[in-house]
Amino acid sequence: FALFPPQLDHGCALHVAARAGLSSVSTQDVPAERPRAVFHTSESDPAKHTEQHEGRLYNIPLEEVKAVFPHGLPYRFQQQIQTFNEARVMVRRPALEILAYLKGSNFAHPAVRYVIYGERGTGKTMTLCHVVHYCSRQGWLVLHVPDAHLWVKNCKELLPSSYAKDRLDQPLQASVWLRNFKTSNEHFLQEIKTQKKYMWGKRESTEEGRPLGEVVEQGLARVRSASDAVGVVLREIKQQSHRGSFRLLVAVDGVNALWGRSTLRKEDKSPVSPEELTLVHNLRKMVRNDWSGGAIVTTLSQTGSLFKRSSAYTPHELLGKEGFDALDPFVPIPVSNYSPREFESCYGYYLERKWLQHEKAHTEDGKAELQFLSGCNPRQLDRLAGPL
Amino acid sequence: TLRLMCTTTAVQRKNVGAAGPEKYTEAFIKKQIEEFNLGKRHLANMMGEDPETFTQEDIDRAIAYLFPSGLFDKQARPMMKHPTEVFPEQRKIQWGEDGRPFHFLFYTGKQSYYSLMHETYEKFLNVQKHQDQLVAEDLPLRKEKRNLAGSRWLTKIELEEMLLEKLSDDDYSRFIQLLQKLVALPCADIEENYIQKFSKEVPVQLQKVVIEPLQYDERGVAFSTGEGKRKTATATAVVYDNGTGKITVNGTDILHYFPVLQDREQLLFPFQFLGRIGKHDMVCTVSGGGRSAQAGAIRLASAKALRSFVTEKEVEFMRQAGLLTVDPRVKERKKPGQEGPRRKFTWKKR
Repeated sequence: FALFPPQLDHGCALHVAARAGLSSVSTQDVPAERPRAVFHTSESDPAKHTEQHEGRLYNIPLEEVKAVFPHGLPYRFQQQIQTFNEARVMVRRPALEILAYLKGSNFAHPAVRYVIYGERGTGKTMTLCHVVHYCSRQGWLVLHVPDAHLWVKNCKELLPSSYAKDRLDQPLQASVWLRNFKTSNEHFLQEIKTQKKYMWGKRESTEEGRPLGEVVEQGLARVRSASDAVGVVLREIKQQSHRGSFRLLVAVDGVNALWGRSTLRKEDKSPVSPEELTLVHNLRKMVRNDWSGGAIVTTLSQTGSLFKRSSAYTPHELLGKEGFDALDPFVPIPVSNYSPREFESCYGYYLERKWLQHEKAHTEDGKAELQFLSGCNPRQLDRLAGPL
Repeated sequence: TLRLMCTTTAVQRKNVGAAGPEKYTEAFIKKQIEEFNLGKRHLANMMGEDPETFTQEDIDRAIAYLFPSGLFDKQARPMMKHPTEVFPEQRKIQWGEDGRPFHFLFYTGKQSYYSLMHETYEKFLNVQKHQDQLVAEDLPLRKEKRNLAGSRWLTKIELEEMLLEKLSDDDYSRFIQLLQKLVALPCADIEENYIQKFSKEVPVQLQKVVIEPLQYDERGVAFSTGEGKRKTATATAVVYDNGTGKITVNGTDILHYFPVLQDREQLLFPFQFLGRIGKHDMVCTVSGGGRSAQAGAIRLASAKALRSFVTEKEVEFMRQAGLLTVDPRVKERKKPGQEGPRRKFTWKKR
């Protein structure tokens, strides 16, 4: 147990608990596989993750990664997957909390909203991805919006909506999202049937009872009506979720974009408020908890947010009054920096994959230095370990 | 008739007095002294103090108050001092009304130097005679070693000021050699008084830096404080023992206060050097300066605070590593005719 040096704080209970956790899990893990270091776990099904697995890294097979996460993983994590040729996600307490709630929630009640918040770089998006993985393993229909901020800024094309006069369409973003949605939820698109007839312009239409996949194809083929296709998809799914044939997970990263301001401007240079965007309008309807049979897990994000201080991280600050009222009531889930144990396992993982090449990084002093300089912040540690 | 006067002025300054014949007449100096005293009384009246008991320190304070100046050089600021301090001492006229010089060595050109050499050699011969007497009487020669370690001879500039006359290096070295020969004799103690006029005490140890002992707060945890400065930033650091390596700056965590890695590395350096990264907690307050300056100031403050926790040898290592020295670099002044402290204006050929 040399990897867990005695902690200097007075509460040695953590140390004792770590050892106890280790000893109990190692008897399960170690005989089953070659003795990988103690911070890995062979449990690759998030459903079976418990507190014993806290601080450990579990592997997601690469095919699953491509299927479940066509979009949604942080860019740096994607690069790490490419480098290490495996996707290792750390099991952390906030994710375990949400999983516990999801396991015990009653799906006849209206959907519960969970808001993951925390300082910059503490792992909110990764927590969301963990939950998404769990839900997709369980067979839920996952509606994953990787970053709502992408829909309110840097949009090159804004079309006036064909459906509602005062709204604006975003064909590019909508088509990208539809493509990724198709990749992640293939089998559902055949099962769910439309309940209404939808007209796309003068000539095309989708009859009632057609599989949802056709709506998606329509949106991808005719890019001009992609945003409306998204709206149709969202509405259908919402209406049918309470029947119970499938569970719905709405996972939105950067949900504070829906109620903030946008940098987009209309042709007469007047600013666009997010409600005037079709995509945002429809997503807001999804995030309202007037449907049952699923859950809504969202993340606040300061990095992409517009016109907010860089030190703002609480829901109240980032959502503003409007967003807070719209999302209220919700279950707040704070995410903080690594605990000492989590730090140890992350450091051990980097060492094991030979990511830390510097000779001093292998020593105890190097580890203490990394801990100090990164302040146990996951993003800082990742950036620090990069050049080493 | 006027006589030679000897006084001492600042050691480092060029000896203006020895430069040439007098520039100020005695009457002028007297008038200056009268004006100074009158001005002193006026100043005392202005400040509301008693004119009789108005000392030079009071004058200095009053002038600093009435004429505040931001100049760095203290000598350049307005000052009001007694004319004897302001006007350097100089040679009075060495000859009488009939043109005949007073001193017999006047025509050598360096009269005081040669008279000094003569005097010293006279003492030298005295000592030798005394020595011979003692040998003749078969008395033991007293030999008490003069403590040469703690004293030094006068420098050339000091000697020039003493004699009010320019010397050359060669002259100076000859004089010092003579003094050394004098001191080397066993019975030089007789002329101790004379020799002491030309030697100065060197303080053996400059103020030794006192390392404060550890203090204990109410929980029983040992802590110590340190202060540091860098450029315009001042910082105070309190380092607690038995900690987890948590550092708080002005109430916020270092990750939030110093988002840049470079500043955090600066903070890390003292702890890493001593190998005590996770062992101490620190609470600091810092103000002034910029990002780097504050980091440097906290680094110095924490190094000073850590001295109390550490052995003397390690303190010496820290000092050699440069952790305990105040960084003297400050922003250089912009000069007129240039764009910045060093950068000149763009040179145009025409």
